[in-house]
Amino acid sequence: MNTILVQDPARPVEAVRLRAVGDGGPILRVNNLEVTYYTDSGRAKALDDVSFTLNSGEKLGMVGESGSGKSTLALAMMRMIKAPGRIEGGSVVVGGGDLMTLDAESMRKARLSRIAYIPQGAMNSLNPVTRIGAQMVDAVKSHLPREGRAAIEARCKRALQSVDLDPGVYRMYAHELSGGMKQRVCIAIGILLDPHVIIADEPTSALDVVTQRQVMETIDNVQKAINAAVILIGHDMGLMAQFVDKVAVMYAGRLVEVSTVREMFTDPKHPYSQALISSLPSLGNKGVFQGIPGLAPSLLRLPSGCAFHPRCASAMPHCTTIRPEPQVLPGGRRVTCHLYDGEA
Amino acid sequence: MADLLRLENVSKVYSHGIINAHSTIALRNFSLTLKEDEPTILTVAGESGSGKTTLAMLLLGFITASAGQIIYRGKNIASLHGAEKMAYRREVQAVFQDPFAVFNPFYTVDHLLTVPIKRFGLAKSKADARNKMEEALTAVGLRPEDILGRFPHQLSGGQRQRINVARALLLKPRLLIADEPVSMVDASLRATILETLRNLQRDHGVSVIYITHDLTTAYHIAKSIIVLYRGSVMEAGDVDRVIKEPQHPYTQLLVDSIPWPNLDQRWGAQPIKAREVGGNTDGCRFRTRCPMAMEICKQDPPLFRIDERHAASCFLYEKRPEIAKAQLSELLPV
Repeated sequence: MNTILVQDPARPVEAVRLRAVGDGGPILRVNNLEVTYYTDSGRAKALDDVSFTLNSGEKLGMVGESGSGKSTLALAMMRMIKAPGRIEGGSVVVGGGDLMTLDAESMRKARLSRIAYIPQGAMNSLNPVTRIGAQMVDAVKSHLPREGRAAIEARCKRALQSVDLDPGVYRMYAHELSGGMKQRVCIAIGILLDPHVIIADEPTSALDVVTQRQVMETIDNVQKAINAAVILIGHDMGLMAQFVDKVAVMYAGRLVEVSTVREMFTDPKHPYSQALISSLPSLGNKGVFQGIPGLAPSLLRLPSGCAFHPRCASAMPHCTTIRPEPQVLPGGRRVTCHLYDGEA
Repeated sequence: MADLLRLENVSKVYSHGIINAHSTIALRNFSLTLKEDEPTILTVAGESGSGKTTLAMLLLGFITASAGQIIYRGKNIASLHGAEKMAYRREVQAVFQDPFAVFNPFYTVDHLLTVPIKRFGLAKSKADARNKMEEALTAVGLRPEDILGRFPHQLSGGQRQRINVARALLLKPRLLIADEPVSMVDASLRATILETLRNLQRDHGVSVIYITHDLTTAYHIAKSIIVLYRGSVMEAGDVDRVIKEPQHPYTQLLVDSIPWPNLDQRWGAQPIKAREVGGNTDGCRFRTRCPMAMEICKQDPPLFRIDERHAASCFLYEKRPEIAKAQLSELLPV
């Protein structure tokens, strides 16, 4: 095993083999994914017919209000939805194989090696009583049981270096690190096995701007190095503008628009996207707080027809009764809105 | 004209260890005055470890200053007792950063609102208390029927944070200390919470000290700004001037790192020097990371006046007139 690593330190053999499966076409295909939470007060459909694709090396921003289903999507893709939630249907195809059809053991193997998840609060996701190194070794060992100790350690230290951390962090405990460093440790763990897809769930929500920029630049660099697809979940459109290639907007469990980042910022199509974009602060409009009127709907009692119609400035009579279906506009953008009914 | 709040050369030193005592200066010689009849919104900005939260803790009386004094309406807050202390506790309210940590998971969220109502005798009857709670919740954009009677784990971070703002509203304070109130809240809700804070200042005459690392929201809500780095004031003045034309290299780094939602305004290319754990304890605190560091930076830089409403503590501007740190507040527009 040692010789393999020496030959090609940047690209371990297993990762290369796995990656080869996905050549040609998108590395990630999510089709009609549905998740429902069976709560005491009723059924809440947290993901409703969510479909999108992503190519290797592409970065997708997933934006929406709290409760719109962003984190549920991440957990569903990792198959980490806990009761009372249940994945009701759909497929998540990563590099050729559908994760939803795997048995529990194969799914455990697929996590981290094919699809990695960088959790929201890095402060709370590291074990406080074991060293960083031990936690990283744990992760590698369960995927590559035959790899030698020295090789694993070398791999972990390389991962730490790739996120600009000193290899000495390997011997440290979580409390010895700052918030930004802990977040970078989580990123290092996420890329240990060169996954095809990295899901980062609000990786910088608790960090200050300077650290945020460092962390985002780190993700950008490692993503380029292993050519993974990245899904960045968040609500900070500023961060999206700086980081992603495509933006997907979620509302009440549905994808209402998928566009390139430039289209999204210059010509948003869905009225909710338009409201999101015009609510953004900039240097030009000081003191103008243009929030989005109304409140996010409760998933337990969704409005009839289009779930956004009570807050929509361009709502039409049939928006209250007929649910819009996703449609592809000329140019490849996907919008779920009756305004574009004739154009698809 | 009475001062609502006056900080005179306040410092806070944290020390640990008995034999080889280590000390960390969290706040150094900080002076600030807020006038009673001119409610304002002042931003205190800086990254983690800059002393912003220490300042909030000092103002709320949770910790005592190592040096200097904090005067609230003519009285040193360290010597308040009885009814005066109760009045101070009601009139100076806080909204904290982490909406998860302020709730006791064993109680429903009503607890957070009923305790202050009882403690300060704000309501005459149960129905009155209920009305007050509903009013405050509606004012921050929540549906009372969705909130009351729920446990904290059943609510989202944004909802919980707005309950905190509602609690502060309920008490009709004179001074609100908002420590990163929106950093864990959705962008679309940020506007609502910030708007609520601004209404407090405009309509209810409440002064707000808005503590944040987020210069975007600071720019939109505040009139003036003080930028802290490791306990020292780096730059201060009119928020427009400071953010549009930052003079101090540290403020320039901060402004450069704002992710503006604008495709043509990219992040700066300037590489960021990592922050050392201990860092230097003398001279300019920023000098080990500063791209412009000079020999003279080993001395403590005084505040230099850039213009009428703008000052920076940096030797790059040593040709400009010096101003005493205690006069800082005179620069800040209200």
